[in-house]
Amino acid sequence: MIDLQLLALLLIPLTGGLLLAAFGSRSWAAELNSLMSFCTFIAAVVLAMRVIDSGPQVAFNEEFFIDQFNVFLVALTAFVAFTTSLFSRPYMRIEQHHGKLTTPMLHLYYSMYQMFTLAMLVALTSNNMGIIWVAMEAATLTTVLLVSLYRTPASIEAAWKYFILCGVGIALALFGTILLYFAAERVLGEGGTALLWTHLNRVKGSLEPTVLKLAFVFLLVGYGTKIGLVPLHSWLPDAHAEGPTPVSAVLSGLLLNVALCAVMRSKVLVDGSLGTHFAGNLMMGFGLLSVVVAALFLSRQKDIKRMFAYSSIEHMGLITFAFGMGGPVATFAAMLHMTVHSLTKSAIFFAVGHAVQKAGTQQMENIRGMMQVSTTVGWGLMLGTLAILGMPPFGVFASEFLIITTAMHDYPWTTPFLLIALGIAFAAIFGKVQPIVFGETTARRLPHQPALIPVFAHLLLVLILGLYMPPYLANWYRQAAALLGG
Amino acid sequence: MSYSIQIINLLASILLLIAFAMLSQRRILSLINLFALQGLVLSLSTFVVAYSTDQRHLYYSAWLTLLLKVLVLPWLLHRLIRKLNVKWDVETLINIPTTMLVGIGLVIFAFNLAAPISQLSESITRGLIGIALASVLLSLLMMLTRRKAVPQVVGFLAMENGLFFAATSATHGMPLVVELGIALDVLVATFIFGIFFFQIRETFDSLDIRHMEKLKDD
Repeated sequence: MIDLQLLALLLIPLTGGLLLAAFGSRSWAAELNSLMSFCTFIAAVVLAMRVIDSGPQVAFNEEFFIDQFNVFLVALTAFVAFTTSLFSRPYMRIEQHHGKLTTPMLHLYYSMYQMFTLAMLVALTSNNMGIIWVAMEAATLTTVLLVSLYRTPASIEAAWKYFILCGVGIALALFGTILLYFAAERVLGEGGTALLWTHLNRVKGSLEPTVLKLAFVFLLVGYGTKIGLVPLHSWLPDAHAEGPTPVSAVLSGLLLNVALCAVMRSKVLVDGSLGTHFAGNLMMGFGLLSVVVAALFLSRQKDIKRMFAYSSIEHMGLITFAFGMGGPVATFAAMLHMTVHSLTKSAIFFAVGHAVQKAGTQQMENIRGMMQVSTTVGWGLMLGTLAILGMPPFGVFASEFLIITTAMHDYPWTTPFLLIALGIAFAAIFGKVQPIVFGETTARRLPHQPALIPVFAHLLLVLILGLYMPPYLANWYRQAAALLGG
Repeated sequence: MSYSIQIINLLASILLLIAFAMLSQRRILSLINLFALQGLVLSLSTFVVAYSTDQRHLYYSAWLTLLLKVLVLPWLLHRLIRKLNVKWDVETLINIPTTMLVGIGLVIFAFNLAAPISQLSESITRGLIGIALASVLLSLLMMLTRRKAVPQVVGFLAMENGLFFAATSATHGMPLVVELGIALDVLVATFIFGIFFFQIRETFDSLDIRHMEKLKDD
């Protein structure tokens, strides 16, 4: 049964990718894309409910493993992928109308969109550390041509940087995986089972600590490049700013989470093996550095998508930091923050996408008075910004509050850094978004009705999470935190 | 048995030597030939490990290496540089003596890092993980120092060779399904790199990535 449910989850995006590779240039390709994403979402919900009811499961000869932690990311990924496909339908048509995209480019976009979803879902559900690596690399490969979709010099440069840096990063992660296998082989014997996470987790106490330490450094640096941790982040702002906005939304909202999931899988093994807090400390260090550096870079940005890309680095740093602290509360808060960050950040990118289309530029000083042009875009941008900056009553406030109070209790020296960084980020982003929303406008009308339902749906969910956490969800997160050794 | 250990050690040192040769090679065509040679050495060493440990799946990965890294990828790269008309391109802007010195430093670093791990290895090829790590780092250095797109990609592929060597020498090979996945990724990546070469050339009129340093935070 679980086999079938998982098969559905993976086969739907695969079918979607193949169908769209064949029919991606038809006029109904966007609708087909949304339909396949919707079906994937339904499959994810079915799988999630099943796992929450009956606990962690393995499938397909133990090659796949689903527990409360990764099924939470599966559900989140499928949901945001679905809403982004809804947003991209009118967005990409407007881009085509403006002459920035041609039908063959859209064809590539639609089929790669589904393949990217597939790669992320495989990376999340695979039990094999080697296959996780293969799927992470596949996720890069499917998005790299999307970043250069516009074929402008800047977008090609961004895509090249993305490809080379993530390629190098992911190669280091492969070395880490090889070292992990090297340690595991001595305990589990040669053959297929020595890379299966469930088996590794069972014997983690007897894995060789020196090897695992080194393996984790490589894995963290490798997958950390993908998460966008400072100082390995330099591809991220470029790729987010130059790629099409739906791609920025899924990169920021989803891919970074998937990479972090791979790091967490490794952390559980390594800290379990060492019996110390080595992996957690490393994650805290990288996380804190990312929060502080990204906050400092925020105020220097002129490009609106670049600014929100730095904000993603900041929030991924915060999540990595919280996972690094460990313990039930911090892990719970990190997962909540992952959820609300994904929802809010993709909502912001949706609103930003339409604002940029109306203004005809990504330079913030030339985008003015969105409220006058369209109250929905204006409010979407304003509320999204307030939410991401951690204003109550949005959910980001709740998760940041939990993270900071835990940090205050367990690692008091980190609190001033976190608070100052969040303060700087607030001043930088709010100061720049405020004149964009209010003020005199210079914008134009769009040839298609923009899709803003996803923006408000996301923000509503974030608001609800901030005001009231449903017990079902809280219980789910708590179970997942317990699995991560919280 | 001891013969195979010596052969593998010999091949490992040749591998490291090729990594250094690539680091100092300015001509694109020679670089691709060196890459093919590296693939050949890699596949030979995999055959020897397979023979001496009697691992069936290692034979498959040795054949796979031979096919992919000695035939398909070099052929693709040759075709690309012919089409792009950069066959006789020479990279002038690298300071080879300094690069070599940094390279030697990296080898020492890699050996030190791998020393405690080599102690643990019960496999016939203990100590080779240091060489593998060294060739990964040397390829990384090559990617950093190059200012042209094709050599960067050759560096990327050479890095993957070093990783593959680590997998076969230190652990007798990863599970076959993982190796197949990695091979597929590398192949697809090379195709995408090929697409990129044309996009870059079309946009910048050159494959020099110095033109692509415009995106900065100001």
